[in-house]
Amino acid sequence: MKESKTSKQLLQELLNQHYEEALEAKKSGELVAWSTSIAPQEFLETMDIKVVYPENHAAAIGARKCAQEFIDNSEARGYSIDLCSYARVNIGYMDIKESVAGNIPMPDFIFCCNNICNTVIKWYENIAKELHIPMILFDLPFNHTYEVPDHSVKYIRGQFENAIVQLEEISGKKFDYDRFKEVMKISSETAKWWKQASNEAAARPSPLNGFDLFNYMATIVCMRGKKEGLNLFKLWAEELHDKAKRKEGPWKDAEEKYRVMWDGIACWPYLSDTYKVLKKNGINMVTSTYPDSWSIIYDSNDLDGMARAYSSNYANRNLEFGADNIVKLVEDFSLDGIIFHSNRSCKLMDFRQYEVQRKVSRRTGIPSVIFDGDQTDPRAFSLAQYETRIQALVEMMEQKKKERANRE
Amino acid sequence: MFLGVDIGSTTSKAVILDSKLNILSASVINTGTGTLGPEKTVKAVLSKAGLNEKEIQYSVVTGYGRMTYQKADKQITEISCHARGTFFLKPNARTIIDIGGQDAKVIRLDEDGRVKNFAMNDKCAAGTGRFLEVMARILDCRINRLSVLSQKATEEINISNTCTVFAESEVISQLAAGVKRENVAKGAHKAVAKRVAGLAGRIGVEPDVVMTGGVALNKSVVDALEQEIKEKVTVLKKPQIVGALGAALYAFEMIDM
Repeated sequence: MKESKTSKQLLQELLNQHYEEALEAKKSGELVAWSTSIAPQEFLETMDIKVVYPENHAAAIGARKCAQEFIDNSEARGYSIDLCSYARVNIGYMDIKESVAGNIPMPDFIFCCNNICNTVIKWYENIAKELHIPMILFDLPFNHTYEVPDHSVKYIRGQFENAIVQLEEISGKKFDYDRFKEVMKISSETAKWWKQASNEAAARPSPLNGFDLFNYMATIVCMRGKKEGLNLFKLWAEELHDKAKRKEGPWKDAEEKYRVMWDGIACWPYLSDTYKVLKKNGINMVTSTYPDSWSIIYDSNDLDGMARAYSSNYANRNLEFGADNIVKLVEDFSLDGIIFHSNRSCKLMDFRQYEVQRKVSRRTGIPSVIFDGDQTDPRAFSLAQYETRIQALVEMMEQKKKERANRE
Repeated sequence: MFLGVDIGSTTSKAVILDSKLNILSASVINTGTGTLGPEKTVKAVLSKAGLNEKEIQYSVVTGYGRMTYQKADKQITEISCHARGTFFLKPNARTIIDIGGQDAKVIRLDEDGRVKNFAMNDKCAAGTGRFLEVMARILDCRINRLSVLSQKATEEINISNTCTVFAESEVISQLAAGVKRENVAKGAHKAVAKRVAGLAGRIGVEPDVVMTGGVALNKSVVDALEQEIKEKVTVLKKPQIVGALGAALYAFEMIDM
């Protein structure tokens, strides 16, 4: 019975189904796209084109602790250690084509949106060039102004309209505007429920163990435009809401003593190590900058709104917004501290990290730490160093708690 | 009696305090994490104070080897312990620069001695004692003579590489090109100071600046640091035992509370 399934079971089923369908489509000669993680998938979903996400796949390879083989392969073929490790894993996979973490079909075209990263274009261009396949590019300029300026919206909308023409050419099919309207509606709804679910973590104690966010993230990437995705996030939000009503915390066997946010991508090869150190210290990661990244909400049939929404994610916004966003999370989620992952791969996020830390610390007074790691390259992380930094954070948070208690 | 143990990567330190917070004894052993160094240093500090283990009311361990040392009652990070020890000895301290065998950290304190913020080196060993050890080896100089060698420099060479391994080959080619050993030594100290000043810049420097850790014994590093951060740097009398002292102070507080 479908009703009796938990969202966790459903999540796994949907992910398996997602990869199986893509592999199946490839076998039967249908088109397959490779896409960046926050791209306007609405266009692909409307055309019923199967799509897989190399970032998701690289993260899965990292979490299964088998990234090194792919990284070695791409480095041996001349890709520098200084490049993003998702790119190095993916480029290695294009050659090896086999992983215990699951396989993905090779792409027939590339669907690339640079709202997540300014350098991601080069990675995807390389794939397109190597495989001699077309690339649809969405250039969403970095917002140096606080809000997305109107001229950017116009520029992005133009690219959306052009992408429809490109997709019609590549697929030889007509774009169905009625279906598009429907997909837009589902996508926005799914995004609302994703945000709703992650907001449940504001309760004290949080019903959500924040590392679950990392798991559910795979589905918000690949299922946003599908009814199944919508149902999954609705179910997850309801589960969390009920848990919060029952005042249940994140763990059955431990108490939530400190609430923190995690800035940056997970350290996939050490996911359980990084998690265990936190849990051991009673730290629950209740939020991150992720919930807002897929909170892409706009009115159905509003292409300008859609353009604005896709350009509004955290990674594409200026420093002031970055700091304001975290200050708001500190307040909304009653945070005791912040963990910043200085991710060797991600120049975009690291670039402003120190300054964001300074600004947030000045405005909120809560302690934070930065640790060095990488999203998928296992060589850039030291567990002992991580543990010392986390323990120092605990000591600072404890001190603050004592001061608060003394004042009250 | 209260015991603090600080197990670093290259040395093990211990301090015993009495209940009036007098330092009864301190010891520094040139063996770091593992079983031998910590055991030796605890034995030495007990015998110097004329005490046996049972007379210790509470003990706290800190440092890189704190997780594997089983005999202490509690473990606390070196960040908190250096802050505690430094503030006890020098209440005007607002910035601590601690350079040890394999890590470097800068800690900011508030007026009550609490940790406001800190920054530590990443996985790289540049800017730590290990970097100076590697340089001393290439220069065929004992580590405790490296500073003296550097003081004889007639000019300063620039070691541009941020990585210890690359810096090693850079220095080898400088020596091969006829650059004098003392000038290279001076460049090595400057390289450490620059790296640590970068860390300090991240969280800001506020006087008084106090230096702790084994590398504080090296005058050339201290001089170079003063130049880089443009502040006077005070070196505590026994900079190596400050972490262990902080641990002993925490041990005292545990019972006192």
